[in-house]
Amino acid sequence: MLDKIGIAKRIAKEVKDGMYINLGIGIPTLVANYIPAHIQVVLQSENGLLGIGPFPKENEVDPDLINAGKQTITMMPGSALFSSAESFAMIRGGHVDLTILGAMEVSETGDIANWKVPGKMVKGMGGAMDLVASAKHIIVAMQHCSKDGASKLLKKCTLPITGIKCVKRIVSDLAVLDILPTGGFKLLERAPGISVEQIKNATEGRLVIEGNIPEMQL
Amino acid sequence: MISKVVAGPSEALHDLFDNATVMLGGFGLCGIPENCIAAILKKGTKGLTCISNNAGVDDFGIGLLLKTRQVKKMISSYVGENAEFERQLLSGELEVELIPQGTLAERVRAGGAGIPAFFTPAGVGTEVAAGKEVREFDGKQYLLESWLRADFAIIKAWKGDTAGNLVYKGTARNFNPMMATAGTVTVAEVEELVPLGTLDPNQIHTPGIYVQRIFQGKNYEKRIEQRTVSK
Repeated sequence: MLDKIGIAKRIAKEVKDGMYINLGIGIPTLVANYIPAHIQVVLQSENGLLGIGPFPKENEVDPDLINAGKQTITMMPGSALFSSAESFAMIRGGHVDLTILGAMEVSETGDIANWKVPGKMVKGMGGAMDLVASAKHIIVAMQHCSKDGASKLLKKCTLPITGIKCVKRIVSDLAVLDILPTGGFKLLERAPGISVEQIKNATEGRLVIEGNIPEMQL
Repeated sequence: MISKVVAGPSEALHDLFDNATVMLGGFGLCGIPENCIAAILKKGTKGLTCISNNAGVDDFGIGLLLKTRQVKKMISSYVGENAEFERQLLSGELEVELIPQGTLAERVRAGGAGIPAFFTPAGVGTEVAAGKEVREFDGKQYLLESWLRADFAIIKAWKGDTAGNLVYKGTARNFNPMMATAGTVTVAEVEELVPLGTLDPNQIHTPGIYVQRIFQGKNYEKRIEQRTVSK
């Protein structure tokens, strides 16, 4: 079973040279740490920056430079700054190549729920609905099951959804899976030490298994 | 050229009235009009509808106006990190409308640009779509969203001149440029007010036509929500 860093490392392998990428809060933010040095990408922050750099040194902290998680950041050489309207124009306009974000539930048709749990405090969707509605390619980083063992890869989402038919690929603590255009989770890889049987038991939605399922290479 | 300079936030907001709709720039606590928020707090204007991406934190930003119950309604995309907000929301004292962030930005932009409505894919198939027209373009579904405008747009820039031309710094730009265009009265507070002709016209982010009042702010705290450093 992968920990958060394992999930981030596996997702980093999906990143291709030259991509413009939006990383969500949590595990997706960690992905940036594991992108190989020979691959150059530009990270988009939806509050108005292309070219997120590393966290600043103590003496470089600038309150006027933060990411969408409100953390202080730096800018890479060649960065560009812009307004929120411009930022979402590039998101909705399909100019961002890859969106990586977390999820509480994903359905076998690619619906995603990650913004609201009824009965608990609702903090808002932020930019998640815009991102999932428009991204060319969406990879979801998530736990396969909840703490009490209930599957989060479902026939149909039970939580209020963030977007419909948008998720393309999932990297969970147990597996890598694609959402098939006709519906269903196609199993691509197993996490180290995890059997196909364990993944079957942890997946409520339709699981498609074809041939031998290799173990992930990290 | 007519000078738009006023002495400070109280003069800039002298005609702000109860139940007004007010846009406030900023993302989190970055690029918020600190001086104007303090002036509204002091003035005690009530029943405000605030359009702002976030609602501040308990003791800073719009959070200060929530504490004094001056806000009737918040229109935002993300309102976490605020216990008083949560209390008022759950007790029904505060009305809240949550809007996808890109839709919020575009509705404000549309308001300033004279576009009453537009179609966006964000929120299709979700509870955001309730009661809204859905139309298909090239095989994909989109939601009809309408513009947002305000009685007052209150924004913060880095530098501004006496004609109201503005330049922002870093990610403190965020919602400020669109809000500048969507207020009946737009008030800009700046860290540095410079004489006419000082700013390079090639580098202006907000042309002065959108700004009615401008003043040099002071004592900026620029509080950081998540100070994150590397070794």
